[in-house]
Amino acid sequence: MTVEAQPEEPSPRQAIGRRRRPSVTSIIGVVFVALIVIWLLRNFIADPELFIEISLIGITTGAVYALVALGYTLVYGILQLINFAHGDVFALCGLVAYTISIDVLGLTADTSTLALIGGLLLTLLLVAAFGATVNATIEFLAYRRLRDQPRLTMLITAVGMSFIVSNISLYFYGVGFYSASDLIPSRSAFTIGDISLGWNKLVVVLITIPVLLILTWLVKSTKQGKGMRAVAQDQDAAAMMGINVNRTITFTFLLAGSLAGAAGLLFLLLFNMRYNTGFELGLIAFTAAVLGGIGNLAGATLGGILIGLIQAWNEGLTHWAAGGSWTRSIVFAILIAILVFRPEGLLGERTPEGA
Amino acid sequence: MASEGTAHTGFRDSLRGFWNDTWGRLPPRARSLIPGILLLSLAALYPVYYDSLPTGVPMIQSFPSVSTGVIMIVFIMMAVGLNIVVGYCGLLDLGYVAFYAVGAYTAGWLASGHFQQVKFHLGSAGISGELQGIHINMWVVLVFAGALTALAGILIGLPTLRLRGDYLAIVTLGFGEIVPQFVNNGDDVRPGPGVFDLTAGSFGINPIDSPGFGQSLNESLGLPINFQQSFDRANLFYWSALALLLITIFCSVRLRDSRLGRAWVAIREDETAAAAMGVPLMRTKTWSYAIGAFFGGVAGAYYASFKSGAFPADFYFNISIFLLCMVILGGMGSVWGVVVAGAILTWLNQEGLANIGGWLNRETPLRFEVTEVQFGLYGIIIVLMMLFRPVGLIPESRHKRELEEGGLPSDTLYGERHE
Repeated sequence: MTVEAQPEEPSPRQAIGRRRRPSVTSIIGVVFVALIVIWLLRNFIADPELFIEISLIGITTGAVYALVALGYTLVYGILQLINFAHGDVFALCGLVAYTISIDVLGLTADTSTLALIGGLLLTLLLVAAFGATVNATIEFLAYRRLRDQPRLTMLITAVGMSFIVSNISLYFYGVGFYSASDLIPSRSAFTIGDISLGWNKLVVVLITIPVLLILTWLVKSTKQGKGMRAVAQDQDAAAMMGINVNRTITFTFLLAGSLAGAAGLLFLLLFNMRYNTGFELGLIAFTAAVLGGIGNLAGATLGGILIGLIQAWNEGLTHWAAGGSWTRSIVFAILIAILVFRPEGLLGERTPEGA
Repeated sequence: MASEGTAHTGFRDSLRGFWNDTWGRLPPRARSLIPGILLLSLAALYPVYYDSLPTGVPMIQSFPSVSTGVIMIVFIMMAVGLNIVVGYCGLLDLGYVAFYAVGAYTAGWLASGHFQQVKFHLGSAGISGELQGIHINMWVVLVFAGALTALAGILIGLPTLRLRGDYLAIVTLGFGEIVPQFVNNGDDVRPGPGVFDLTAGSFGINPIDSPGFGQSLNESLGLPINFQQSFDRANLFYWSALALLLITIFCSVRLRDSRLGRAWVAIREDETAAAAMGVPLMRTKTWSYAIGAFFGGVAGAYYASFKSGAFPADFYFNISIFLLCMVILGGMGSVWGVVVAGAILTWLNQEGLANIGGWLNRETPLRFEVTEVQFGLYGIIIVLMMLFRPVGLIPESRHKRELEEGGLPSDTLYGERHE
């Protein structure tokens, strides 16, 4: 099979000391980046305030992308699987978060601040647990049985799972849009000069940063995280060292699912969503993960924020911007360009996949 | 063929005797041809005996209409094309809908009144010569559409086919998303002031000319001037679609057994070994892309002509998955499996699910809108097939042979699970 050419799969973390690509591609890359910088400078000079305002929107959206992208990157790092179902788990979580926060807890815009904070934190915990359960169930039901099969089999299964999960959302929530964007007032939390940051955006950042810190701590400093990194490098060797591979992979899926849950809640607080939101957002987040270097946690975060910025600039800036109807094409063009010119991503190490 | 099971009754014995005496003595070539010819005549005569088929059948309620038959054949063509990429060559393509779109829009450009600023007629059948726009004969347009789509396949393939496995899948998916967005936004592709309308945006290009044989062939051979204006429009479209499908299947089977086809299978089974044996990877893969795209383009153009329009809303990701589902269900690489699976799934999509759902709701206490979650059902089909029968319903004979001889490499995509 194509992907199974080598008897043992070198992990993406394994640095392969190869020389850089021939200079033509790097020149094209540099020219491309330079054009973007010129474009941004042009817009910045024309209207600095608008530029910063839009960049802030981009960073907020990017934070949500980053959370979803981390889920892709975690699973890819350990199984080399593009978990297509992840985006749909995210959308399902967002819809469940709506049920919990609005229908069950009865939060409204008039709820007192303290109760609102408590309610949202409770929702966050519940929906993260829900996402973790769903994700681990998918792994248990499908991917686990296919682990020693070629990767294409698992990939096709993931596509099928994506359809199943999005249709579960469709069955329970219908085709309507759900939003909780009026829960948190968008009045400005603080203002610097003429630029203000709304509470709703601040909350997203305030939730994202602790989640990222906890995740980094889990992966870098705990025994379970060390196990994850070992399994990512070599499953057989990790098993020989006494690491429970199955449990480690389940733990990874739990982690990815809870990130999807958190992202679902945040997305619900910022925008409106429905059953198929996860498909497109999942692709954007996957692009973010590839842009940063798949398998690399910092890379996924950086990639998410960059994609968020690019989307906001494209949709918000007034000079030479293609506009919202082209966003998807631009994101995919970036994805294709990255895979062709720099498959290892911005922060990643070169993997045999790309060559 | 000769799997009759153990005979117990006299009737069975006599049947078996007949089977061995008559069937067994036929030359093997005839044995393989007869069922095919029977099936083909059954399919070709379908519009003739369709009217006498019973309605109100339990479960499925009614047999597919001839128009549904046309759509089934078109989707089977696309699935057979996708089978060349996924089944023969082992390249997972999640953006096949892009080729369908290119084919449909080529038909829109070359055989409709879309380009009002020019007037160009070339063998257009049954269309007034006074009409503005480009009107080329639909049969020629089908070839054009195939060629242009193959070119698009090569353009997409060149930068991406170096990637392996799942990265290729995601890039094709990206193209599958970009192309529909492009046609949706393509109503003004001219930068700066002024408008150049390439794709008519979300309205789509319509009406598109229909195939036909023109005045002179009508007079000499009695062939219809123009399908659209003809009395039995659906039947004409059905028969010519069937002819196109036969050509597609013939090409597909012959290609599979050709030098190129064997190179594809070699790449699918083990890319490194294939390269070591001297198979030029890039060229071979690009060929599979181009040829797979060709059939997708022809089918797309034909479908656009049948619907008399190309609309951006038709080209969404689900179609790619729908086609992939046919290939997986039928058995990757198995042409006949893909044909059967394509027929079943397209029928389910067009009529079957709605009929079965209605029947379930009427006859059982179950209240369930099957059509609403049909893509969830396809997802379940994909997952179950991958888990329990990755070779598909009708496995490719090559795989069957491998399984029988036991010489299956431990890590082929299609092998039985080994534990």
